Amino acid sequence: MPRTILEPRSHVEYLSILDSDGNLDAALEPRLSPAELKSLYRAMLLGRRFDERMVRLQRQGRIGTFAPIKGQEASQLGSVFTLRATDWMVPSFRETAAMIWRGWPLEKILLFFAGYVEGGQPAPDQHDLPITIPVGTQLPHAVGLAYAAQYKGDDAVVMVYFGDGATSEGDFHEALNFAGVWHVPVVFVCQNNQWAISVPLKKQTHSKTIAQKALAYGLPGIQVDGNDVLAVYAAAREAVERARAGEGPTLIESVTYRLGVHTTADDPTKYRTQEEVTAWEQKDPLTRFRAYLEKKDLLEDGLERRVDDEIAEAVRRFEATAPPDPLTVFDHVYAEMPPHLRAQRDELARWLREGGAPAPEPPAAPLGATPMRGQRLTRR
Amino acid sequence: MSVTKLNMVKALNLALLQEMERDPAVLILGEDVGVDGGVFRVTDDLQRKFGSQRVIDSPLAEAAIIGTAVGMALYGLKPVCEIQFSGFAFQCFHQIENHAARYRLRSQGRFHCQMVIRMPYGGGVRALEHHTESEEQFYAHVPGLKMVIPSGPRTARALLTSAIRDPDPVVFFESKALYHAAKEEVPADPEALPIGRAQVVREGRDLTLIAYGAMLRVAREAADVLQAEDRVETEVVDLLTIAPLDRETIVTSVAKTGRAVVVHEAPRSFGPGAEVAASIMEGAFLHLEAPVRRVTANDVSFVGFAREKAHVPDVARVAAAARETLAF
Repeated sequence: MPRTILEPRSHVEYLSILDSDGNLDAALEPRLSPAELKSLYRAMLLGRRFDERMVRLQRQGRIGTFAPIKGQEASQLGSVFTLRATDWMVPSFRETAAMIWRGWPLEKILLFFAGYVEGGQPAPDQHDLPITIPVGTQLPHAVGLAYAAQYKGDDAVVMVYFGDGATSEGDFHEALNFAGVWHVPVVFVCQNNQWAISVPLKKQTHSKTIAQKALAYGLPGIQVDGNDVLAVYAAAREAVERARAGEGPTLIESVTYRLGVHTTADDPTKYRTQEEVTAWEQKDPLTRFRAYLEKKDLLEDGLERRVDDEIAEAVRRFEATAPPDPLTVFDHVYAEMPPHLRAQRDELARWLREGGAPAPEPPAAPLGATPMRGQRLTRR
Repeated sequence: MSVTKLNMVKALNLALLQEMERDPAVLILGEDVGVDGGVFRVTDDLQRKFGSQRVIDSPLAEAAIIGTAVGMALYGLKPVCEIQFSGFAFQCFHQIENHAARYRLRSQGRFHCQMVIRMPYGGGVRALEHHTESEEQFYAHVPGLKMVIPSGPRTARALLTSAIRDPDPVVFFESKALYHAAKEEVPADPEALPIGRAQVVREGRDLTLIAYGAMLRVAREAADVLQAEDRVETEVVDLLTIAPLDRETIVTSVAKTGRAVVVHEAPRSFGPGAEVAASIMEGAFLHLEAPVRRVTANDVSFVGFAREKAHVPDVARVAAAARETLAF
């Protein structure tokens, strides 16, 4: 019995349409209308300016720890742009630009990062999950949503975001495996931003690409220039169309770079060089898309000012938010508040009402005041 | 109302069958739940009746079983997941604690996870490590979860029915020792019991025994022994729901008897007995004639079934603890 080679039937492609020098592969250029191109650029700019504003707000102590997206605008908007409102978006914790596109009000995002649970509440008709913080754990949720959509006969597609670090988690592999076996309409978007806090990609995986991990699960995988919004859009549109047509899941590896800190609690100078950051700044997704639009004469005058005004207005609304009521957190633990939670809520309410120094309540005596039968061994 | 005598496996199967007939959003997923009908046959014949899209033989991965069920629940389905043995559930504990239990709060009521996570638990079946443990305390400690453990065929059927209808995620433990232990009369028409309510299954005025799951039989037999040999009237409380705990029923009983012994198969420290004892202290302190006693497994992660009998509470140990409490 000779050894035989089982030829892999699949391959992994790399897609780039508009490179950092502004060269365009016209044959691959997606057909986007002027209005679509303008709205894409506006969303990328809003994502960038809001991100920069949030970092400043954090430095001023007006919001808490926050994970900036700077550098990943094309990766997020090129992909999320391909969804319908009835499709589902499942974020991790670094998808602010995609979330804004999906309709999350800026002040709600600010509330979230200011520690208000209200910031996690999607609108009643919004098909987005709230931010998920434990790395990679949202991937199976996306697969379950996609299974449910298919089960009910809806034509909804689910898009789920995660980073390169998440591909080391078991949940990533389990989710891709389940998605493959179940053949459900889900698009996995890995924003490979090169760094999982301080750990570079080469210490995260020995695979040449993240896209090739799809092949092990029987799905197509594609690597795209994640700073090229046209390439991300083209790959995502293809994957979404395939999912909607019942042709199953896709893994997109969007190669990008986190230009800023991991979170505002992080100091990247400890683990990466300024030369590396500078090299990636040359590949800034906004710069090249702006040049592309300039050639098409699609840049709008005064856009930056309008975007900044929108942000300033949102910050004003956020800062006018009433102080949080400590008692409302009991409301959504269960559908109906069980007696022990009601008792804890009442105890806290009493404490707060009485200025924080309440007399301890006597324990509830369900049968009324019976004699102290337990005194036998008690000396007072 | 017509009744049939069923063991616990058949009673659970009946609840699943009737809820799936009643509500098209209910589906089942887990390892070997379809063609094989589950390793304990609880889901027997359901895939043939409802198809492989609704009774799903999933790949072998606990985290993805619970994680995908969370996604299904967020979409409005009502998944009933089977984890083959509770000893393997730590591979999905993060999905239960981080997500199933939290989506309602995290989304401020926009989403919730109506789902049931069934797992066989407990000893008494001569099984290997990870197949005999009682680890209900982990789930009982998680806000947003409900933790239910029936004590026989009839409560199993009625509580599983309630768990499937409950809008919150329910972890549902099934004692392996009880699966085939005894048959009970189970009504043919759907029957539900409220989650969060304990039952006084035997009335008495001298002592309260508090137990659940497989330990309920032990407590009842100990009560028989105490009646016959000591003329002691023992009240027996079957918790049925571990969380949220029915403190009212416990406190009312102990306020009457003045003495309490809690019995469970889980290790003692930080176990359900501690919460029961604290609830008695908070609610019936002035009625107590003796300290609350706990008869439980020891704080050893597993003992091997060759030594199991010496470690799991039995009738003699419960009766002895009761006598010490009565003599205090």
